[in-house]
Amino acid sequence: MTLKPVDRRSVLQMLAAAGSAPFVLKSSVALAETPLTVGVLYSGSKQDYGFNQSHAQAAAALKKQPGIKLVEEERVPETIAAQRSMEGMIRQDGAQLILATSFGYFKPHVLEMAAKYPDVTFAHTGGVWTAGMPENIGTFYAYIFEAQYISGIVAGHMTKSKKLGLVAAKPTPNLLRSINAFAIGARSVDPAIQVQVIFTGDWVLPVREAEATNTLVDQGADVIAAQVDSPKVVIETAEKRGVMSCGYHSSQADVAPNGYLTGAEWNWITPYLVYAGSVRAGKKPEHYLRAGLGDHFVKNSPFGKLVTPEARAAAETARADLIGGTRVIYSGPLKDNKGNVVIPAGTTQSSNDRVLDGINYLVEGIIGQV
Amino acid sequence: MDSTSIGWFSLPLAILGGAIRVSTPFIFVSIGELITEKSGRINLGLEGTLMLGAMAGYAISYLSGSPWLGVLSAGLAGMAFGLLHGLLCSVKRVNDTAIGISLIVLGTGLAFFLGKPLIEPKAPPLPSIGLGFWSTVPQVRAALDVNALFFVGIALAFAVYLFLNRTGWGLMLRTVGDSEDAARALGFPVLRVRIIATMAGGFLAGIGGSFLSLSYPGSWSEGLSSGQGIMAVALVIFARWRSVNALGASLLFGGAGALGPALQGIGVTGYYYLFNAAPYILTLAIMVASTSRAAPFADAPGELKLHR
Amino acid sequence: MSSISGIEPGPSSPPVTAAQLGLALPVLAVLLASAIFAAFVALYGQNPVTVFGLIVQGGFGSSFAWQDTLSRAAPLVLVGLAVAIPAQAGLVIIGGEGALVLGGLAGAVVTLPFAGAHALPMQLLMSLAGALIGGLWFGLAGVLRQYRGLNETISSLLLSYIGIAIFHHLTEGLLRDPASLDKPSTHPIDPSYMLPVMPGVGVHAGLAASLSLAVIAHVVLRYTRWGFALRVVGGSARVAKMMGLAVNRWIIGASVVAGGMAGIAGAIEVAAVQGTANSSLIVGYGYSGILVAFLARHQPLAIVAVALLIGGMQASASLLQRRLGLPDATMLVFQGLIFVCVLVADAIAQQLRETTRR
Repeated sequence: MTLKPVDRRSVLQMLAAAGSAPFVLKSSVALAETPLTVGVLYSGSKQDYGFNQSHAQAAAALKKQPGIKLVEEERVPETIAAQRSMEGMIRQDGAQLILATSFGYFKPHVLEMAAKYPDVTFAHTGGVWTAGMPENIGTFYAYIFEAQYISGIVAGHMTKSKKLGLVAAKPTPNLLRSINAFAIGARSVDPAIQVQVIFTGDWVLPVREAEATNTLVDQGADVIAAQVDSPKVVIETAEKRGVMSCGYHSSQADVAPNGYLTGAEWNWITPYLVYAGSVRAGKKPEHYLRAGLGDHFVKNSPFGKLVTPEARAAAETARADLIGGTRVIYSGPLKDNKGNVVIPAGTTQSSNDRVLDGINYLVEGIIGQV
Repeated sequence: MDSTSIGWFSLPLAILGGAIRVSTPFIFVSIGELITEKSGRINLGLEGTLMLGAMAGYAISYLSGSPWLGVLSAGLAGMAFGLLHGLLCSVKRVNDTAIGISLIVLGTGLAFFLGKPLIEPKAPPLPSIGLGFWSTVPQVRAALDVNALFFVGIALAFAVYLFLNRTGWGLMLRTVGDSEDAARALGFPVLRVRIIATMAGGFLAGIGGSFLSLSYPGSWSEGLSSGQGIMAVALVIFARWRSVNALGASLLFGGAGALGPALQGIGVTGYYYLFNAAPYILTLAIMVASTSRAAPFADAPGELKLHR
Repeated sequence: MSSISGIEPGPSSPPVTAAQLGLALPVLAVLLASAIFAAFVALYGQNPVTVFGLIVQGGFGSSFAWQDTLSRAAPLVLVGLAVAIPAQAGLVIIGGEGALVLGGLAGAVVTLPFAGAHALPMQLLMSLAGALIGGLWFGLAGVLRQYRGLNETISSLLLSYIGIAIFHHLTEGLLRDPASLDKPSTHPIDPSYMLPVMPGVGVHAGLAASLSLAVIAHVVLRYTRWGFALRVVGGSARVAKMMGLAVNRWIIGASVVAGGMAGIAGAIEVAAVQGTANSSLIVGYGYSGILVAFLARHQPLAIVAVALLIGGMQASASLLQRRLGLPDATMLVFQGLIFVCVLVADAIAQQLRETTRR
């Protein structure tokens, strides 16, 4: 049974009901002041200059809200330790909202703990709630691929060699969605552009990421993008080789002052506030919360100095089209890189189409294998 | 395909580049461990020393603006840790292996703790020498963009060979490592020699670590090491305790490590986990092929006790 | 410190017995390590008293803390045995990580063809599968040592890395469950086959299995001729041969049993916690096992105590992070200090035992 995914209006309604409105990080709208202890779990280091840090930044912003008390634990492995940490936060620290920020926490850890503590809300990044699971679980994610699409457009304008490179961890659907969107964006500028993907095999492997970046540049790529937990090494290596780069999770512009074009960044504070609001209002958490550029769940990094006015304009237009709904990234006819038609002509799969949760192909124009 | 891509030729080039880039920390750490083991001690704590060196090197480079000062500091930090190991293992009946592993925990913990503020800042990296200036192909130039430490490493391998086999000090070291009784009979200060050897090993391991954070991959983070410190001990055994062999082993390991991404680059996209494990498979295969039933420890220093 | 050249007791016999010292010294060591650690945290603006209070509370201060400690200690016992058993025979095998994950994989897939069976035979089957694969992996290192002269430390390490690569390759390829979208895993096992939580204790039954195996190992090693034979082989292969022991068989046998322990640990992780095999199995248990075994001087009962200590420290690390905002690395520093101090104290104690025996 599929849930109707959250659409833009619902997000607005939820935030309004919680006493706030969609905004970017620095807004001063206040939530109701009931004290709330929030527990956050990170699978890696909070200062990884990547995925975990993006959550930590949002957590820090959440902490500034009146009445919010934060307990955090980093480097929690996806073993029984995760369950123990969550329990500790609930029993010892009185947490009423748990933010489990890594995929691996969902099965079985969040599921077990949610069943054991039905009065606590568990919000998990990236999991997929289905009927039959405990009602106190919310799963959230963001359409980061919309921001990657924009990055792709910018990269497509800026590339001279017509070849882009992407260093990715593993071919999971979340990553494939982004990789494909990047390629679709670039190829919308020029269908002759190719994107080469190298999979490193794991989320954090600095030496292999550096090797992969070097290989991609050797193969002619002049823009490098990253889909790993901490893109710092990839971006730095690209800068050393004198090629352009696109970032991920947060802005790595200071690491690549010359070549940084733009990047796809999370804005986790928005869903965090939704869940804090629903706990305070005593309501069930949103089971499947996803949104993108329009609802401030994701954003793009400011443009780097090399980005031409033409590229900027194209990016802005695309952004406005996506938010307005006049442009859909995954629209037919779309073929994968083995020649099969994956989206027939005339069909579109909008960002909130659940079929994208199970994506398992690489689009035409991508050199690489799932 | 456009003119800047070089197709399948990129594979041997990547292996060459990888052999140079990835091997450098292994060269330093394995030769450092070799010196220590030649004196009869085994220092398994180099993983912690390496991380501490990486962190210290990055920190000092950032604070002082000079990467070479960073390298030196990394060496000194490593040396201090080596001193600690040396002193601790001089207590009778202490198990070297256990101390080593405990120092991995301590060293890594200190490195992570003190290194927290260093993850975002950008420290000046070590300069490299562009040996590929003769080529117009950018990929060749990139592969031959060699860090000065690599040359130091090569020189080190030969220098250590000469030291061990052609000098009086080297003879003393080897005697201490081969037979404690003979060393005492000759009046050699066994403990002091071992402690100094462990300090030298730590110094070199620290420098190896600084290469990781200041040159390649060139950034400090908690996932920086992927077991280089522990693998270096394996490489020493693989090299039969000969420093020039250790150089070759490191090059082999580094080159094999580049295989995974390089193969994907030329379109061989399946089985990448197994290709990524190539260095380990290769090392194991060569060792199996080259050892014989007769003498597993033929070349080991006599006093080296791996399991006591 | 005069301990550099070893403590020489004076001409008169010491006022305390060696046994008393043997107990007191490790305690003193922990105190020393704690003092150093206290200075360390004080340097960073934390009140050492608060820190220690939280450490004790987090690891051992309540039944909840005890449950936490026990559940974190459970896998450490078996991986500790995986290092300790071959060590009795003179081998240093450090490839527990690879054997554990492959054992876990074996356990995760072996019950998939069977639906609706009783839980207990399935659980035994999982353990058996894990033990066989883990035993195979360590046995390889043993065989390479005896028949090719290949040092088992290096071969087990290399095999561990290779094993992990094979694990990744299979769990994300051939054996992957297509429904496991963003966390590639094998098909989940039937939930009724999972190990239950022990009533009253609040920890899964894998703990009981681990403790039982530790006790069995203790009994076998200390009171049976197998244990004796193993120690003879570990003492001197030449002497063992003179006594007529088939050294090869003992060494390979010890390796296989040890690998079996690691493999069972992996299977228990799957059966008690994860319910499937995926990268959550690769968390460094194998390496912790090395530490546990050496700290415990390869004695199975001491391994249980050390596992509890380390489990308690991990549990309290969680509390330290949450209450004081101290980074995860803080506990690593404390652990390192304790290990070093205890090892040295233990060595001094052993030395004293030997000198007072004269």
